[in-house]
Amino acid sequence: MATFVFLYFAAVIVTAASLVVLLRNPIYSALSLLVMFFHVAGLYVTLHAEFLAAIQIIVYAGAILVLYLFVVMLLNVKREERYNQQGTVAVFLGVVLLTEAVLLAVSRGFAVATPDPGPEGAAKAVGNTESIGEVLYSTYLFPFEIASLILLVAMIGAVILSKKGIMG
Amino acid sequence: MMIPLADLVTILPELIVVSVACLLLALDPITPSNRKDLLAWMSVAALAVCFIVTAGSMGDRVYAFSDLVVVDGYASFWKLLLYVVSGMTILLSIGYLKEERIDLAEFYGFVLLSLTGMMIMVSGADLLVIYLGIELMSISLYVLAGFKRFEARSIESSAKYFILGAFSSGLLLYGISLIFGAAGSTRLVEIAAAVDARGLDDSLILIALMLVIVGFGFKVAAVPFHMWTPDVYQGAPTSVTAFMAVASKAASFGAFLRVMLEGFGGMKPNWSGLILGVCILTLILGNLVAIVQTNVKRMLAYSSIAHAGYALIGLVVAGWAGTGVSAKGVSSMMLYLAVYSFMTLGAFSMVAILRRGANEGEDLDDFTGLAKRHKGAAFLMLLFMVSLAGIPPTAGFIGKFYLFMAAVNAGLTWLAVVGLIFAAVSAFYYLRIVMVMYMREPSPDQEGETRLALSPTATVVLALAAAGVVIFGIYPWPLVSLTASAALP
Repeated sequence: MATFVFLYFAAVIVTAASLVVLLRNPIYSALSLLVMFFHVAGLYVTLHAEFLAAIQIIVYAGAILVLYLFVVMLLNVKREERYNQQGTVAVFLGVVLLTEAVLLAVSRGFAVATPDPGPEGAAKAVGNTESIGEVLYSTYLFPFEIASLILLVAMIGAVILSKKGIMG
Repeated sequence: MMIPLADLVTILPELIVVSVACLLLALDPITPSNRKDLLAWMSVAALAVCFIVTAGSMGDRVYAFSDLVVVDGYASFWKLLLYVVSGMTILLSIGYLKEERIDLAEFYGFVLLSLTGMMIMVSGADLLVIYLGIELMSISLYVLAGFKRFEARSIESSAKYFILGAFSSGLLLYGISLIFGAAGSTRLVEIAAAVDARGLDDSLILIALMLVIVGFGFKVAAVPFHMWTPDVYQGAPTSVTAFMAVASKAASFGAFLRVMLEGFGGMKPNWSGLILGVCILTLILGNLVAIVQTNVKRMLAYSSIAHAGYALIGLVVAGWAGTGVSAKGVSSMMLYLAVYSFMTLGAFSMVAILRRGANEGEDLDDFTGLAKRHKGAAFLMLLFMVSLAGIPPTAGFIGKFYLFMAAVNAGLTWLAVVGLIFAAVSAFYYLRIVMVMYMREPSPDQEGETRLALSPTATVVLALAAAGVVIFGIYPWPLVSLTASAALP
């Protein structure tokens, strides 16, 4: 059953992701991106990463995709042929790099480490979201604060760059 | 929850810089426009305080915030350098921003926020923290690059930097996520343990290593990841260009070296070979393309690429050689970047104060016959160019000398020879500016057009840069012993 569910999600993700780049109409691309986001979220649920699944839907499907759609509609993007010349080169390089990565993976294999559960693992009993919050405000407090600083900088930066009538 | 006081004391300089930056942003609207200089002086004062704090606590290795942050001699060295560079950038900007009619106090706030990112980068003991530091630095720099909003070139520079910067951050982040999969942690110590245990047998680690090198390669502008540099450097306001070329490069090298040695130290033979290739490509392309530039800012951009190539020699030596010589590679790289900071800042300051009408005098033609009109300025430019070319008795010579010595000690004599050849090539385009300044007569129409916009603070910056170039060229021992004691083993 688990394998079947995984295969379903994986197949839809790959198909939808391919459609994003293959479809000509940017709106259709954005919508198939939405389908992909939902299925990635489904994959997270099967991995018991409920928090990540929720974030995936709220942030990507909710915020980022809407932003894409706004941009597409505001800019009124016409069919763009300019970038199509890179197609052959991109496919060639992509195939070469992918083959290389697959060969590497097959010949040497992966040794995926299981992270030390530690206190974070113990907190799992509480639930996914709670334990992430717990760790975020204790062990990873420092990076968390820097991330908030980055958001502040991005916000002020956007205001400065777009504010009218400062000068000039 | 409680944050241990000791942790806060450890990151005191970062806290000071962030608080002052926020204070600047808050004070800006209520400061009358004729008193804005006060805000710049406030940030310089904050940097001076930080300098004293960092210099005073230099020495032992201290970890903070559940081992995510490390403050050691190595981090302190970079921080001291970054304070000096940021302070000089701010002093240079006071006059420059007025001249360009963009004197907003936010500028100084963003320089300080960018500095915070750099400080976090050099004292991160965890890839995630280092990454966030890079982002903080870069986002502030994207904004600073686009500060001349009414000029298409500046906006283009900002947008280009943003897109390519985001792309390279993505690659770096991808590498970090793979290394997390392989090591189960992003802490450099645990990555080192995983690398020691499995190393090459784990293809995840190998792919991650390459992605991390590419990500940092973008940030230090090494070939073939240098494409953004000329356009971004040319379009950004000159004082920002100086800041990018010096501070962000120094901080990126600081973090790069720590990740390579402390995280991937078990794979030295693998990455030193890769970086050797990047290093040689950077030396070749940076120096050769610089020759054909007629815009001084663009020429200096390629020259900064070339200098990244020289600094990479230090990294190659650190990976190539045994324990004793390896530290020499590290210290010579630190020395080189310190020296590079002074001469590059000096050269960019000259471009910033040389005006042609309402614009910057950034074309080679604008320097024509400068010696006839402004003897002092021409002499300073001569000094910086000679130092960039690495001719004794300037600091540039000392920097290259220690790098090449380290390469020879590591058994890479041929690399030192390659470096020497390209140093000779670089003399061509540096000395061309000198030739134009001293040997050519200024055409009559230029006489009226180009002028020096020399503010008192810019004079201080030029004097500091020139003093650094001359003093460290004649008496480099304090800097040499400082880098030797601060180098990572």
